[in-house]
Formats: sequence, C-alpha cells, structure tokens
Amino acid sequence: MKRYSAFAVAREALRDHTGWGRAWHKAQPKKRYDVIIVGAGGHGLATAYYLGKNFGITNVAILEKGWLGGGNTGRNTTIIRSNYLQDPSAAIYEKARGLYETLSQDLNYNVMFSPRGVMMLAQTEHEVRGYQRTAHANSLQGVETEFISPKQVKELCPIMNIDGPRYPVLGALWQPRGGTARHDAVAWGYARKCSEMGMDILQKCEVTGVRTEGGKVQGVETTLGPIDCDKLGLVVAGHSSVLAEQAGFRLPIESLALQALVSEPIKPCMDVVVMANTVHGYMSQSDKGEMVIGGGTDGFNNYTQRGSFHHIEETVRALIETFPMLSRLKMLRQWGGIVDMTGDRSPIISSTPVGGIFINCGWGTGGFKAIPGSGWAMAELMAKGHSPLAEDFGLNRFVEGRFIDESVAAGVAH
Amino acid sequence: MSTRLVSGGRLIDRTKPITFRFNGKRLKGHAGDTLASALLASDQMLVGRSFKYHRPRGIVASGAEEPNALVGLGEGARFEPNQRATTTELFEGLTAQSQNHWPSLDFDIGAVNTHFARFLTAGFYYKMFIHPRPLWKHVYEPFIRQSAGLGKAPDAETKDSDRYEHFYAFTDVLVIGGGVAGLQAALAAGRSGAKVMLIEQTAHLGGRAPVDGGTIDGQEPGAWVDQTLAALNAMPNVTIRARTMGAGIYDHGYVLGYERVADERPGTDGPRHRLWKIRAGRVITATGAIERPISFAGNDIPGVMLAGAVRDYVVNYGVSVGDRTVVVTNNDDAYRTAIVLAKAGLSVPCIIDARPLGGGALMEEAKALGIRVETGRGIAKVLGGKRVTGVVLCNMVGEGALVEEIACEAVAMSGGWSPVVHLWSHCGGKLTWDADQAAFRPDATRAPIGADGQANVLAAGAANGFGRLQNVLQDADVAGKMAAHALGFDAPKDAPPMGEDAAVKPLMPVWLMPQSAHYGLRMKAWLDYQNDVKVSDVQLAAREGYESVEHTKRYTTLGMATDQGKLSNINGLAILSDALGEPIPQVGTTTFRPPYTPISMGAIAGEARGEIFQPLRRTPMHGWHEAHGAEWEPVGHWRRPYCFPKAGEDKHAAVAREINATRQSIGMLDASTLGKIIVKGPDAGKFLDMLYTNMMSTLAPGKCRYGLMCNENGFLSDDGVVARIDEDTFLCHTTTGGADRIHAHMEDWLQCEWWDWKVYTANVTEQFAQIAVVGPNARKVLEKLGGMDVSKEALPFMTWADGTLGGIKARVYRISFSGELSYEIAVPANQGLALWEALIDAGAEFGITPYGTEALHVMRAEKGFIMIGDETDGTVIPQDLGLGWAISKKKADYLGKRAQERTHMTDPNRWQLVGLETVDGSVLPDGALAYASGKNANGQRNTQGRVTSTYHSPTLGRGIAMGLVLNGPDRMGEVLHFTNTEGEPIAAKIVSPVFYDPEGEKQNV
Ligand SMILES: Cc1cc2nc3c(=O)[nH]c(=O)nc-3n(C[C@H](O)[C@H](O)[C@H](O)COP(=O)(O)OP(=O)(O)OC[C@H]3O[C@@H](n4cnc5c(N)ncnc54)[C@H](O)[C@@H]3O)c2cc1C
Repeated sequence: MKRYSAFAVAREALRDHTGWGRAWHKAQPKKRYDVIIVGAGGHGLATAYYLGKNFGITNVAILEKGWLGGGNTGRNTTIIRSNYLQDPSAAIYEKARGLYETLSQDLNYNVMFSPRGVMMLAQTEHEVRGYQRTAHANSLQGVETEFISPKQVKELCPIMNIDGPRYPVLGALWQPRGGTARHDAVAWGYARKCSEMGMDILQKCEVTGVRTEGGKVQGVETTLGPIDCDKLGLVVAGHSSVLAEQAGFRLPIESLALQALVSEPIKPCMDVVVMANTVHGYMSQSDKGEMVIGGGTDGFNNYTQRGSFHHIEETVRALIETFPMLSRLKMLRQWGGIVDMTGDRSPIISSTPVGGIFINCGWGTGGFKAIPGSGWAMAELMAKGHSPLAEDFGLNRFVEGRFIDESVAAGVAH
Repeated sequence: MSTRLVSGGRLIDRTKPITFRFNGKRLKGHAGDTLASALLASDQMLVGRSFKYHRPRGIVASGAEEPNALVGLGEGARFEPNQRATTTELFEGLTAQSQNHWPSLDFDIGAVNTHFARFLTAGFYYKMFIHPRPLWKHVYEPFIRQSAGLGKAPDAETKDSDRYEHFYAFTDVLVIGGGVAGLQAALAAGRSGAKVMLIEQTAHLGGRAPVDGGTIDGQEPGAWVDQTLAALNAMPNVTIRARTMGAGIYDHGYVLGYERVADERPGTDGPRHRLWKIRAGRVITATGAIERPISFAGNDIPGVMLAGAVRDYVVNYGVSVGDRTVVVTNNDDAYRTAIVLAKAGLSVPCIIDARPLGGGALMEEAKALGIRVETGRGIAKVLGGKRVTGVVLCNMVGEGALVEEIACEAVAMSGGWSPVVHLWSHCGGKLTWDADQAAFRPDATRAPIGADGQANVLAAGAANGFGRLQNVLQDADVAGKMAAHALGFDAPKDAPPMGEDAAVKPLMPVWLMPQSAHYGLRMKAWLDYQNDVKVSDVQLAAREGYESVEHTKRYTTLGMATDQGKLSNINGLAILSDALGEPIPQVGTTTFRPPYTPISMGAIAGEARGEIFQPLRRTPMHGWHEAHGAEWEPVGHWRRPYCFPKAGEDKHAAVAREINATRQSIGMLDASTLGKIIVKGPDAGKFLDMLYTNMMSTLAPGKCRYGLMCNENGFLSDDGVVARIDEDTFLCHTTTGGADRIHAHMEDWLQCEWWDWKVYTANVTEQFAQIAVVGPNARKVLEKLGGMDVSKEALPFMTWADGTLGGIKARVYRISFSGELSYEIAVPANQGLALWEALIDAGAEFGITPYGTEALHVMRAEKGFIMIGDETDGTVIPQDLGLGWAISKKKADYLGKRAQERTHMTDPNRWQLVGLETVDGSVLPDGALAYASGKNANGQRNTQGRVTSTYHSPTLGRGIAMGLVLNGPDRMGEVLHFTNTEGEPIAAKIVSPVFYDPEGEKQNV
C-alpha cells in the first residue's frame, strides 16, 4: 500500500493522481476467520487493528451492515478528553488519549488530532466541588488537569460570557491535552491499516444471526451468507442488544438518540473545547470553521437516528447563554445517532455467557475519545482472555454491584 | 456587464429607490429587489470567494439554493455572517461585505491555492501534514483553520440587539410552499372545511409559474395566483404566511417553521425571527424543484448561472446578467430563458443543446426569434477569470476538442430540475429514481408515517416530480383533497384548474460535458462551488475506495457547504455512480437533515435568554432576600441566598457570623425550596415502605421520621423527613434538587409497576413557604408570636403540629438539620413573607439572624449530618454512611434491597463515613484523596479514602471534614495523607463525624 506523505501527494499531482490505490481492498467473505468483529465503527476497527498489530492475529474479518464508520463514529462531536473521575475510566480514556497523540503517525493517515484543550465549566458550587475532586483524582491517575479560575477561562476562550446572569462561571476543569480529531479519518485510517495487514472489511454485510454450539460460538449468519469463526467480537454500539439477543444473552443497555448540530462555517474564533454541564451543552470549532454543538439525549428509547427538535432548542439556548455571539449564527444541520447507555454510564468490555464471544459496547455519549484505548483493551482481552484496562468493565459488575459511576459531577443540589 | 434594464421587473417598484453599501461602495436598487438582484443591477458580478481555493465567485441562483453569494450583513450588534444575497430583501441602508478573502475581494492572496489545486485534491490533508508531529498543532492546523471558515465571527462582546419569539400552531393541513401547487392544494383542502395553514419562504406567493409562463384557466399564471390568493384570504379556515420557511419535519406531524419577520426592516419593533412549532394532521410539501448545473470546465466562473435564475432576474427584477448570454442545456426549459432574453432585447449568441435532436416547441419558438441553436453540442470550457468572456463549443461526444469560440458575458445552464425532497425525507419519507427526468422524487408508497400509522406527508406539484403545469395543478388538487379527506373533511368534487404550457421533448441526462472530458477539463468542472469539489475529486474518491455515497461526501466535502448540496448532490452522485459502474438509485443519496436552509440560532433560543433563559423559581421571601443583600447561589432553577453579607463583610465573615449567631442565640433560614410531596391513599404506608429503606407505615400521625431513599441499584438517592399527617396521608420532604426527580420516581413506580395500589401523590413544594427557626432562643421567639403551644412537652423533637403563629395558620415541625433546637414552620406560600417578617420583628431582641445555604452546610457538617450530593455520589449505599439504623430489618422488600445484597455491596472492605481533622487545623481541600501505598495494574496511585465535605468551622475554630475511608470507622485516630493540588500532602486524623454536641443535648430540648 502506498505510503502517504507530502512527497507522495506531490508526485501524484504530476500524474493526475492516477497512482492512488484503494484505501482498503474490496473483499469477499471467506468461509472462516480466526476472529470476526461485528461493526466497523471506530471501536470495531481499532479492535481489529490492535489484534493484528499487538498480537499478530490477522485472519480477521470486520463485518459492517452499512458503510464503515457510518455509525456513531461518523456522527459524533469528536471531543477527546480523559479527565474522568473513577480510576478504571481514567485509565482507559487516558490510554486512548495517549494513543491519539501519535495515531496519525501510527496509521500513516492524518486523523487531525488537535490537542487544543478541553474545559468543563463549573457553574454551581456543587460543580466546583465535583471538578475539584476530579482534579485530585486525575493527579493520582497520571492525567494532566487543573482547576482554573474564571479569569483563566475567559483568557482561554474570549468569546465566552462568564458573568451569567443565571449561572456565572465559577471556574473550570481544564485538560490542556484534550481536544478533537477528525472522526471519519479515525475510522478510515484504521480501516486502511487493517486492510494492509490482510484483514477483510466487509461492508453492506449485516449479521442476522449468531451460531453457537454447546455454549460456544461457531460463526455468524450474514446477508452475504454464513461465516465461521473461532472468536467473535460484538462492537455495534446502539445495536448491541440486538446482537446479544441473537447470541442468546441479554444486556443492561438502553438505546437512545443523541443529537448534535453545526453552525455555518466562520473564521476561527474559539481555540478550545468547552463543555457546560449545568446549562447542558458543549461546543468546539471544527477545522472547517463550523461551531460543533451537542447536548443531551432524548428522554425516550428509540432506534431511528433522528431526534426531537426539543433537545436542539434546549442545547442552543444553553449555548447562547454561554456564547452570546452564537445568536447571530445559523444552524446548518442537525443529526442524531443511537447511543448505547448502561446503568452506570460506563462501557462494557467483556467476555459473555457464550464461549468465544466478547462484547465491547456501552460507550454511550462519549466513546469516540476512547477508540484507540478501547480497541487496545478489547484486542488484549480477545487474544489473551485478560486485560488490565478492561478488568473493571466486565459484565459481572452489574451482578456484583461494582458500578463505575461517572455521573457524579451531575449529582444533586441540596 | 450586468445591468438594470429600462423596463420590466414584476417584483420591483421603480418609484422607490434604495441606497445600500457593498464593500463600502454606495450602490442603488429598488424596493422589491433582493440583495442579489441589486448587486447584479450594479454590475457586481464578483461577490465572494470559494472555501478552499479562494476562487472568484458570482451569483449562480436566485433563491435558497445559492451556494456562492454569501455576505456579511449589517454591523455591530446586527452583524450576521454568511447571509445569502439571493434571499435577502433589499432595504434602505443595508450594508454588506463579501467574505473569505484578504486583502480584498478583487485581489485575494488566498487565490494562490488555485495554482496548487493539483496538489489540493479531495482528502489531501489526510495524506499530508503527518510529519513532523508537532508541526500539525502549531503550523499546519492553524493555517488550515485560518484559510477555512467563511464569514467573520460576530463580535463576542456585543449582544444581539434583536428579539426572537416562538409561536405554536395547530392545523389540520399544513401546506409548505406557496407556488401554484401549494396554492391549489391549500384551496382544495380549504374548500373541504379543514383548517389549513400555508407557509411560503419568500415574500411573494406564486412561485415560478408567473416567470415560466403558460396559462391557467386561460389566464396568465400571475393573474390566477392573485385570484386564488383572494379566494384563500376569504376563507376563515385558511391562514397564509409569507417569509416563513418549512425548516424541518419531525415525528408525529411536528413541523418547524422559520419566519423572517423583520429581516428587511431591521431595528423596527417586534421580533426579528419567529420560530413556528406547528402540529399538523397532514403536511403537503409543495416545495417546488431546483435546477441542476451542468459539469463543464470553468462552470464556476462568475457569470455562469442557472438558466432559471437568469430568467428570474430579467422577469422579476428587470436585470440583465450580460448583453450576450449563451444558453447551455439538456432539456427544453432553458429555451424559456433564451426566449425571455431575446424578447427583452438581449442577445443570445447560441443555445447549446446536448441532445442530438434538440427540443420541441420551445426550440422552434427560439429559432423563430432568430436564435442560433446547436444540438448535440456542449461547452468544453468557459473562458474568463473573474468573469465570463466566452465559451468553447465542442461536440457532446468526445474529449472536448474546440469547434468554435463564442464570446459572451454570461452562460445560462440547465441540467434539468430536481424536486425539493428535503422536507419529505426529514422524517423518513423514501425516494424513487425517475429515470425520465433523471431525478429522485418522493415515493408515495413509502411516505413518512404518522402516529396513526398512516402516511402523514404528501408531496405535490414540482416537488412530487411533475413538470407540466397541468400535471402540477392536478397533483396538487388531489393532494389537498386527500389530506383533508384523511382527516374527515370532504372536499367538493370539483375539477382542478386547467393549465397549459408548451409540450416538451424528453431531457437527456448530462452529468459531464463533453461526455469524455479529459482530466484537465474534469479537474476544472465544479460540482460544489462553495467547497471547491470537482468532478475529478469524486472520481478520485471512488478510485480510492470511498464508494459509499456518504464516504464520498465526507472525503471530498461534496454537499457539506452552507447550501448542503442543493446544487451539487445529484450531479456528484451521478459522477460517483458512473465511476463505480453502479446505477444511481443503487448508490443512493446522503441523508437529508433539517433545517432546509440554515436558521438563526437566535430564533431557536427564542425569548429564553439572560435572566429568563431558564425559568427562575422564587420563594415567597425572594424579594426580601434581594432587598437584604443576599449573595445568590443557583440551586436547580431556584436561587437561594448563599449568605447575607453586611456592609464591609466578605462571604467568609458573613457565614461565620450567621453560624455563631444561630448557635449562640437564633438564626432563620428560608427552607421553602425543600421538596414537599403529599402521598395519600389507603396504600400510602405500604407504598412508602417500598420507597424508603425505613418503615414508614408504622409512623404514628403527628410524628416525623428521617427517611432514606435508594434507587433500584441500591445507591442512596435522596433523604428527608417524612411526617404522617393522618392515617391516609404522609408529607415527604425531599432535597431541593430532588423534589421533581423524586416525584417523578414515585409516579414511575405507581404508574408502571404498582398501578393498582391506591395511592395518590402531589408535589406541593411551591404551595408552602417553609422557614427554619433555629437556635437556643427559637422557642422564645415562637412563644412571642404566640398562638400555639411549642413547648417541649406539647411539641417534642420529631413531631409536628398544626396551629397558628402570630395569627398565621402554620404547621410546625420539630426537626433539626443543625443540631440546635429548631422548628420548621410551613405556611401557605402567600403567608410566607408575613411570617418571615413577623419572625424578624419578634426575634430582633435576640439578634435573630437570617442565614444562607453555606451556614446550613457548615452546621450540618459540624453535626455530622450527611448531604445528598456531597456524601453521596451515586456510588454510596446507606451502609457506607453509618445509616444502617435507618434500614428496616423487618421489611420483606424496599427499592434497592436486593441490589444491596450483591457481593460488592456487602463487602466488608468498603469506604465508610468518618470525620477528618487536619493535624494543623487547616481546611482540607474539596475532593482530596487519601494516598495508599503502591500503584494499581494501570499504574495509577492507590487510594484509601476521600474528602466528601470540608469546611472551616467557626464553632470549633478549625477545619473539619467528612470523608469516606476504607474501613474508616475501625481506624479512629489513624493519620492519613491527602492530596493537595497546591502543594505538599496534608495530614489528617480519622475522627468521629459528629464534631458538635455528640449527645444531641441541644436539639432535643
Ligand atoms: C451526536 C453524538 C455526539 C457524540 N459526541 C461525542 C464526543 O464528543 N466525544 C466522544 O468521545 N464521543 C461522542 N459520541 C459517542 C461516540 O460517537 C460513540 O461512543 C462511538 O463512536 C462508538 O463507536 P462504536 O464503534 O462503538 O460504534 P459505531 O460507530 O456506532 O459502530 C457500530 C457499527 O456497528 C454496525 N452494526 C450494527 N449492527 C450490525 C449488524 N447486525 N451487523 C453488522 N454491523 C452492524 C453499525 O452499522 C455501526 O457502523 C457521540 C455520539 C453521538 C451520537
């Protein structure tokens, strides 16, 4: 496969770009693979990539019912941070963030990781305490964060109104090496490398059934016919419960629509990512100039990938309060994705009641940032049966009551 | 030169001149002009620069589909970037600036990019800027960002000075689009008696028909429009709103309308935009069609325009886009433009028709006017830089060899018309490929489905794929009648009006001109004018394996500009399908998402901004607090006094004073925000036994009990005092933040699980004002008010009684959250202030001191009382907090019981509540963690506890804290080291969490 570089681009320019080959090869399903990954989202592709890269397992197929990267991986607002409170979360998100730092070089594909800094605003006394607690935790977890003053907030983000009137900014949790990346490029970059290692990415190949025998996986039924495998990884986000049902077990997952929107593009005016939980909205500016905006999930379960307008309204209202200049921008496009929510809002990376089947899901509203770390841990789990990063995210935590609850900062006020 | 013709222009009023500014230049237009028509009339062909290559850009279209003519409009607090000139009505004093260039529109340094176009193909940035790593953040990315983006950002410190509002409407039939189809559909539905609303995005009704000609019922379309409008206006059941765009269709017939109320008269009274939230039984999308450009080299040079737009500018605005206009087409409709131009006295050097045999009646008409027609021909390339100077004629077949150069100032192109299917598609409507017209149109068999399981959106007219007037009117008539009928209204069985227009010959799909254009031409044949996506880019994407239409879109950015691909999508799709060798319908479209065209964020937020951005909840004493200098703290939607600083006092001093006064004499707190939920019914006791960990059914009337609530996962979620009012009635206090949540939680269980239990709940939080009177002198003050016996004997600790105080009907609870003698007095909300003031008066001699939330927090911490949200965080069970005593052992079940029996919950090695005292008396930092030795498997420092609440205690004169520590209660006296983000670790000793009056002698008097 041709290496990407400025030099290669220049050379191709002189011959009308006729020399570029396919980023990933067009594959036909083989009868059998060592490992099948269902779902060519970021997490599925990263799992396959690290299986190959770290464990030399390359007889792998990645099955995708639509087009690769077309699920939440291609719909999210690309915030990358690792300033989580609980140890297991901080560990895996920081692993992921660290891998993002060099992902472009690793994949030879510019994923445009932009560590421009992420701030989470504290707008109530309760939030101040919550983020201070996180800062303390992060200091022991090896995650670089800092609780900063309103003045520093304003300096880092001059377009923000920090004076309220309803919820003046009291400070923020600042992670200088958080940021954003180009979501499609992450999927494409992994896909290209997986293909280069000889893996098959089968698009428009929907898994319609899981074959098991004696409590062990045999293979899958797909729209392109049956395919056998030794190990099966289910990495299908919002559709995890559907796949689990096919495999014969149930998951503590609810599927909800999460929406986002962008403004028309404007010249650079915001160099950081801002999240405001009290008013409920977050925003960053894409490299194209659009203000990328997100909020909360709809209050009802569904699979339609479109949400209600009501949420858009709440989010925009919150952000105009925080960034008054937004009022005179226009919303260009809104969209939604189906996110997979667990009871404790933490993911599941786990073996399952069926031998040979592993599941990676529950990333909910925030799994883009985790893609490299999650793939890393899932690959290790599938290859070795054990991974320190995945340890605490097993399905059995729901049986034992060992939740990893990250909704702490959104606690209640007395 | 583009210029104003001496006559013509059906929409402008030549008696009303208007002055405006473009890039500082004073220009003139007329009332009725759009900014685009006025710019063209002033020979301003160049209006902007493209996104990537900074290519010169001119006006292409005349409506919402315009990709190029985006300007920064207005100044200061009314500045708005990226405003479409074609949909901006001209007004006196308008100021506009072109965008995305430096230093000027005419001379733009960024235009050097165009010379690097060979390198800057689709997706080039994915392949470059990879090494060396640091340069991405500091050099490449800032450069890319600076060159991207279109308009300037509005000034951050200037607040939008306009108002926005939301309207709600309910209608039987909503018609979107006020062309002849929309009008006829509204008429048909309206005559059935159904309630009809018609919205039209422009200022004028009638749409294209008055420009395109033909006749309706023997009259000119314009006359029919006037007559139909008059008929509709006379119907009381029909509402028409112009300047209102259908922005989006959502589930269940919910439609978003976007009305630009005052964009054309800024600064006048009333809102600028109005967002309509419309619930409609049936929606008819009569949104017309959009013309497609043709892909030939140089089709992006200013002066190359859509044929329909060229016609619009002549007919509607009396504007000529050039003395000589070459028309290039693959269908008959563009001949209308040539005819209009010729009749206006302008020259049409040639009509270039890609079809070997050309067109029908309209072609003959054009020829009869002396216009040269070349069939089977195409444009190899357009000549010119910042404006068109000519075209190179070539054969359609072949690579584009020159046949002849034709000089001209403008090119009017038409690649056929695509129905506007956006709204149809927003809510799940599917499309079908119409090979004859080479366009996607709505598939009526797969329409959006409403709550009743029936199709609730119908497309009509051109939006439904019809071209001829007669078909359009008939289709619209049927749609109007069907919509009404589905809702139970029957329309009269009358015939639709008769439309007549010229018969047309079939179109020939042309996706690339000439058919085998070589690379040099293909890399200059634009698909997306704003984002600079060319035919060669899409072909490259296909070759590199970005085969899904979504991949191609994202890899090339085709259709991702502010016009969302209104002009480019189908053309790009066709190039992709050709490259893949797959038929177009198989390749499919990208997803259509709201809004149809961008809508202002201001309109979305509406009136909710500033103080009223969220509802502000006020207690009855809110005004008093404000008048007495309260320092506010937002708590949910409430605002509560944090403290009441006196002149010269800082917050810290105020809090200390409030606490000392309360502990030594008497303080009072506005506790009205505490949740109060009535639970009533024969099964109320049984219900509360399930909700609380405690036994509530055995509570005697007149008594109070502190209760804990857990969620299904066993974690502590709320606490509060429950009072039994009578056999059937309980009053449950919740935390301030918990009131709505807990009420919903109760209803969830009652409605979904225990629907047959006889229990009724009501959230009465706002019905009562509640005041805590706290401190050793509390009883004396109440006795001064008089009216009821508040003695220890009559009203012991943890009881309540009804009575009057100072003449006000009151319910008095003997409960305490501070450890002091304390009464919480609930009175009807409208008596709250009176009681508050009466207490202030009566307490004056004891120095009664109002206190705020912070004093409340400190006093409860001194006493070792937990606070939901501080000691709990969704991972804490009551057992962790030493609250095992509040868990009834006698009950078979309660919410969370089973969960609390899980292995991790019963693990003896859990973090448990203790008090913490720093060795040096300082205050521990909020959220600090206690170090343990070593690291875990992921290399993180091990911990063994954390601070949950920490304060300076004025009572004890030192820092006190509560925390959760591994096996804490068994480790009294041990010293732990806590994290300190500001410096050295801090040593603190494990002590009892009850720092003040451990025996409870003060509260129980
Ligand atoms: C609007 C929005 C904003 C977000 N913002 C952020 C953010 O700012 N930061 C962040 O970190 N995270 C964010 N997220 C979350 C993030 O997008 C997801 O957690 C993450 O992308 C999930 O990746 P995935 O690979 O698990 O799932 P996906 O990308 O959804 O991939 C799953 C794939 O499985 C395929 N599949 C499903 N069923 C089958 C089947 N039967 N057979 C074959 N294939 C199947 C799907 O087609 C899909 O491609 C956001 C999500 C949304 C929706």
